[in-house]
Amino acid sequence: MENFSRKGKMVQISNEGAIKMSVYDVLLNDSGKYFLLGNEAIVRGMIEAGVGFAATYPGTPSSEVGDVLSRIAKKAGIYFEYSTNEIVALEAVAAAAASGVRSFTFMKHVGLNVAADAFMSVSYAGTNSGLVIMSGDDPSMFSSQNEQDNRHYAEFAYMPLLEPSNPQEAKDFLVYAFKISEKYGTPVLFRTTTRVSHLRGIVEYGSKGEIKAKGHFNKNFEKFTLLPSNAYKQKGKLIERYNALKEESDSSYINRVEGKGSDIGIITSGAAYNSVKDAIIELGLEIDILKLGFTFPIPEKKISDFLNSHKRVIVVEELDPYLETKVRNVAQIYGINTSINGKMDGFSPWSYEFNPDRVMEILSKIIGIEIKKDDKYSEIKLPSRPPVLCPGCPHRATFYATKLVSKQLRLEDPIYPNDIGCYSLGYQKPYQMSDFLLCMGSSIGSASGFSQATDQPVISFIGDSTFFHAGIPGLINAVHNNHRVVLIILDNRTTAMTGHQPNPGLPFNAYREPAKEISIEEIVKGIGVKYVRTVDPYDLKETMVAIREAANSDGVSVIIAKRECALLRDERMRREGKWIRYQINQEKCTKCMNCVKNFTCPAIYVDSDGSVKIDPVLCDGCGVCSTSLVCGFHAIERVEQ
Amino acid sequence: MNNVNISLVGVGGQGVVSTGIILGNTVARKGINVVMSEIHGMAQRGGIVTVDLRIGDVYGPIIPEGKIDLIIGFEALETIRALKRASRKTRIIMNTERIIPFTVNIGDEKYPDIEEIIKKFDIRNIIGIDAVNIAKQTGNLQSVNMVLLGAAFATELLPIEEKDIEESIKIQFPEYSWESNIKAFRIGMDQYRILTKAYL
Ligand code: SF4
Ligand code: SF4
Repeated sequence: MENFSRKGKMVQISNEGAIKMSVYDVLLNDSGKYFLLGNEAIVRGMIEAGVGFAATYPGTPSSEVGDVLSRIAKKAGIYFEYSTNEIVALEAVAAAAASGVRSFTFMKHVGLNVAADAFMSVSYAGTNSGLVIMSGDDPSMFSSQNEQDNRHYAEFAYMPLLEPSNPQEAKDFLVYAFKISEKYGTPVLFRTTTRVSHLRGIVEYGSKGEIKAKGHFNKNFEKFTLLPSNAYKQKGKLIERYNALKEESDSSYINRVEGKGSDIGIITSGAAYNSVKDAIIELGLEIDILKLGFTFPIPEKKISDFLNSHKRVIVVEELDPYLETKVRNVAQIYGINTSINGKMDGFSPWSYEFNPDRVMEILSKIIGIEIKKDDKYSEIKLPSRPPVLCPGCPHRATFYATKLVSKQLRLEDPIYPNDIGCYSLGYQKPYQMSDFLLCMGSSIGSASGFSQATDQPVISFIGDSTFFHAGIPGLINAVHNNHRVVLIILDNRTTAMTGHQPNPGLPFNAYREPAKEISIEEIVKGIGVKYVRTVDPYDLKETMVAIREAANSDGVSVIIAKRECALLRDERMRREGKWIRYQINQEKCTKCMNCVKNFTCPAIYVDSDGSVKIDPVLCDGCGVCSTSLVCGFHAIERVEQ
Repeated sequence: MNNVNISLVGVGGQGVVSTGIILGNTVARKGINVVMSEIHGMAQRGGIVTVDLRIGDVYGPIIPEGKIDLIIGFEALETIRALKRASRKTRIIMNTERIIPFTVNIGDEKYPDIEEIIKKFDIRNIIGIDAVNIAKQTGNLQSVNMVLLGAAFATELLPIEEKDIEESIKIQFPEYSWESNIKAFRIGMDQYRILTKAYL
């Protein structure tokens, strides 16, 4: 676990040899070529575009933009904040852009659902200074609850859409996005996917822009106050803008044709472009490509020309047939009868990311070529390795305590709604305490529904950051409508899953400067919850007492299980020069296996000779396993250095 | 130059991603194109980490099936798992360390006998290295990745020289650990050479 937070440094590519620099400062350099992550390149793009204001709520695959900003925004002169959630972030940047400050917000794809209310309307209002909204989509759902295709949002809101394919484009297109935004007075949707945001590649810098973090808001009631009569007028302007943007897209340098002329052509965008390139190199084919970067509005004329100059056009895109429907529309409108292939005729799949192999398969089906496969190993059956809560994770202790209480009280088929964060992993054996999970905040909203619609006891879980983000309205609802639920707020003093960003419950902000700490307990009491206890989950006994009392209370009861994330604790212990581990006294161990089978800390393992051991490299020294509620034989002992 | 496709695999927390960045930076400094995929978010929590690093005339970060030239495995089971995307020509460096998945601990599954699998499936070009022990010898437990990079270097597949890696070590690590890291790299390199000779 030692390496968890170790990040690679970025290094300038030059022949002058090694240049030493703090981790992210290279993004502030005047020029050079660097090996950057897509999300790091986006921060460089902000610097080149002259962005003065940025706000976000962390979410994979967009989080690293914020991680980098929290370290360098101040030096660059950019204001940056972690907002409570995505809609708050979008509202903040919309106001900043209306005041003449170039502004940027970034979020994961489902974050845009949270921000959607503001998103739809900000398109009507438009903007004064550049305003760009980034959506990090997640085909194949590496870290998400769905793989929605957010390109539809652009069309939904009549907002221009740009899609980069690699880190260089991520940087370049962001600068371009701000130009479009200001030229037309419109916000721009900037869509990456996991394989673009988390692709590391070589990026050559352009020149830095002038950054201005303060402006002045010149009031314009008709534009920015979307009362019905104003919105009515703005809608007309929105459509005018849309028509003008169609031409912009057609003349845009980021919509371009590659190739020397072939019968077959491919239309593609984003990460799929990379896989198309790799696939045709692998297959030894020469096929023209219409590479689209500006994908709403689509470049109708370029597409019709491309259709006209090819006998067959294949649309290769991930997720929905977003481009394909539009290409088919163009063919219909312009009366072109070139064959078009894609998803709608069954050749190309509708889900998961497209790697080169999948693209090769699609092409081979359509073109009818054979793929040569190298001699492969036959399939070897191996045990799975799902992600787990870290050794020492406070959530494990909370789940364990909840499980014990549920058993002690003989709760009948209790329902455990869970929420979004590391603790979602509570769905795994042996805890299996994540029965219902839709989205941020669904734990408490659904708890109300379950408690009313069934007679089963309901114990739900939500993290601190998620509580601030989307849990509070649900809790108000549960109290007001008098539902009988237990809510356990897992307050691990950070937003752990996305890389340990701060949240409003902490006494510091994005720059790690002092900030007002919002007390969860005060909020909960303020809402009118009668039973509220804050406990340390490492203290299993205390935690169990509280859960028992809560489960026996009427109405809504809340337990705040407060204990810092184990990774933060690791860091703190190292700073304090402390080293604590636990080990198993083999003479006392009866091999009852409770610690292995029911508590299941990943540092505890069964050795090949059947003895139970603790891996000193993995052990975090939390000591929870050593209490009699886990090991009744007092076989787990503390080692200190 | 031929393209080189390298797959680095291991378990969250082993430093697979940071090792990829060191190697990628080293290649990039030579003016050669390189792209790499990274894993962030939920998948990191003690789960499987795979990093594809591609050098040459390439676009996306994902290596096509069967086209892996070199696997750098940080953990035994994960090295074997990576074979499903490899071919019989793929060269394989395997750290012999075992990290037991919790599914094995709770008794749902069994950690396989790696030697047996190697024999049964006739796995070729595989070199097992006890990188943890070697790192211990250098006095720097964190140098496991340098041992593995040393072995990778010894395959002569990488378009870099020994001094390039030394330069990277100096950029990447604090001065007190330069010596141990360079030492780890050299032992890894020697180990690979000795072991491949022994097989001939
Ligand atoms: S909350 Fe912290 S300790 Fe628990 S799984 Fe997440 S990162 Fe690990
Ligand atoms: S003390 Fe016990 S529960 Fe805590 S990390 Fe170590 S082995 Fe795991």
